[in-house]
Amino acid sequence: MIEVRHVSKVFTTMDIGTVTALAEVSLTINDNEFFTLLGPSGCGKTTLLRLIGGFETPSTGEIRIDGVDVAGLPPHKRRVNTVFQSYALFPHLTIAQNIAFGLEMLKWSKADIDVRVKEMLALVRLEGYGERNAAQLSGGQQQRVALARALAPRPSVLLLDEPLSALDLKLRKGMQVELKRLQRETGITFVLVTHDQEEALAMSDRIAVMSAGHVLQIGRPEDIYDDPNCCFVADFIGEANLIPGALLGRANVNIVTIRPERVTVGPGDAPAARIAGTVAEVTFIGPDTLYDIGLKDGTRMRARVRGDRGRFHAEEPVTVHWPDEAERELAS
Amino acid sequence: MSMKRTLFLILPAVLFISIFMLIPLMIALVYSFMTSDSYGGVTAPATFDAYIQLLYQQDFDGSLIFSTDYLFIILRSIELAVATTLLCLIIGLPVAWHIVCQNASRRKFLLFLVTMPFWINTLIRTYCWVLILRDQGLINMTLRNLGLIMDPLPLLYNDGSILLGLVYTFVPFMVLPIYSTLERVDTRLIEAAHDLYAGRWQVFRRVIWPLAKPGIVAGSILIFAPALGSFLAPDLLGGGKKLLIGSLIQMQFTSSRNWAFGSALAVLVTATVILTLIISSRRNKVGEVRI
Repeated sequence: MIEVRHVSKVFTTMDIGTVTALAEVSLTINDNEFFTLLGPSGCGKTTLLRLIGGFETPSTGEIRIDGVDVAGLPPHKRRVNTVFQSYALFPHLTIAQNIAFGLEMLKWSKADIDVRVKEMLALVRLEGYGERNAAQLSGGQQQRVALARALAPRPSVLLLDEPLSALDLKLRKGMQVELKRLQRETGITFVLVTHDQEEALAMSDRIAVMSAGHVLQIGRPEDIYDDPNCCFVADFIGEANLIPGALLGRANVNIVTIRPERVTVGPGDAPAARIAGTVAEVTFIGPDTLYDIGLKDGTRMRARVRGDRGRFHAEEPVTVHWPDEAERELAS
Repeated sequence: MSMKRTLFLILPAVLFISIFMLIPLMIALVYSFMTSDSYGGVTAPATFDAYIQLLYQQDFDGSLIFSTDYLFIILRSIELAVATTLLCLIIGLPVAWHIVCQNASRRKFLLFLVTMPFWINTLIRTYCWVLILRDQGLINMTLRNLGLIMDPLPLLYNDGSILLGLVYTFVPFMVLPIYSTLERVDTRLIEAAHDLYAGRWQVFRRVIWPLAKPGIVAGSILIFAPALGSFLAPDLLGGGKKLLIGSLIQMQFTSSRNWAFGSALAVLVTATVILTLIISSRRNKVGEVRI
């Protein structure tokens, strides 16, 4: 279990002065959990990961790993391993030597190391690649070596810093499944950093959405998707309509959010409608049709309608409806 | 690239090395097998006398007596060159690593400091050490004025002062190649090693050292070869009391007028250096070194 309590990190640079990368962040990551830190670049997610790994020290606050306060513990004294964004494989060592590195540092016996290296090569499906150099492998293969190297010493936590960002789309989809499988098979806590919300939704048990050094919301992917607690989360995770409350006649509500796929579009004279608008654009994408609808104050609303073969056309007046449970009222 | 173009592009390098290196070396090789003219230069007939002189002294009656005098000079020179190289490594590696760890603008400044001695003539720089180390020099006068010593410390004209002069002259040649190899090293590798339970010493031994090795080999070659043949520091800082091979060769071409023997010694030094290069290239693939 990782407990992060009121952790702040302030960087001091020569040219721009002080930068607050993390502000009073608190969260708990459970054992055997696939936990994701999700946010745009510069939100502090990588800083938090580096704090857990021991590469940075918090300015204030406390981090506990398995109950132990790790303040002052350097990376090599933490049972935490990292998969680096650039993989950081040792160029002067073979694949097998890369995987064995951590085990040698932990003074495992030669025989145990050999067994473990074989095991890890099999786990990441790279049997027979042990004697090659890192430079001879493709990006996806290097990625798997980095995973094997970090998992070999049986850490209690594995940290993954944007591990899939350097891969092309198809490989990335494959590796998502692979990572999920590895996490299940090893039972190790995975902490993933990513800016890709789809990746986060697909893999995580829980997600922490971060922005500008703050954690905005923590929850299961479904909860965060269905029940965002602010505009940023609603907008960042998937697609969201953000409609000013005043437009719906609710003066005391700031913003109402609805997912485009929960919205239904009807003819302009439909009586049960919530709001009226004009179709600005229609996009047919196979199973669904996307409607871009302009509301009366200029706000754009998107609807994603299943099986609707372009019932409405551009410039046509329409009404928009959604069930009560599909909307959320947001204060900010 | 076509063969013709390749030849054309390497032609300047080939010409330069031929004219300024291969041909003089050939001349030295030929001279070493000739008889010295007592007015300088060499004459016929061709003999092995110069090489025999390395190990034997000619007695008054013409018989040869085995002598280790020159052998010792050669060994001492090699010893000093090795010590210089090692000391330069011990000083140069941490300096190079320190520079690599700085931000870009500080790196530039520190590299500038490292290369600054090149702006001043080596002779003048070496003379400055004489002024610093001699009995009435900076160090001795300071210590005497402070009342810490009565008699001046013998800082000049010994092996230590020669070594000091050599290390001082050659240390940039170790810092620069090591810096240029370490500069290309991804700092994430260091973090990765720390992450995989390596302490500071293990990170150095298992990651930094092997990655710096091409630079270390290059620096060692750049220092060992000229240190072996140098005569400036031994002459000025050693006072010429104990001969080193560089000074010995210089003497053969000047005061001793024994060009054949001087050439034989020069051939010997060159052969030693080439042999060292071959051995180290076998072990470390010098071909991969980028300076």
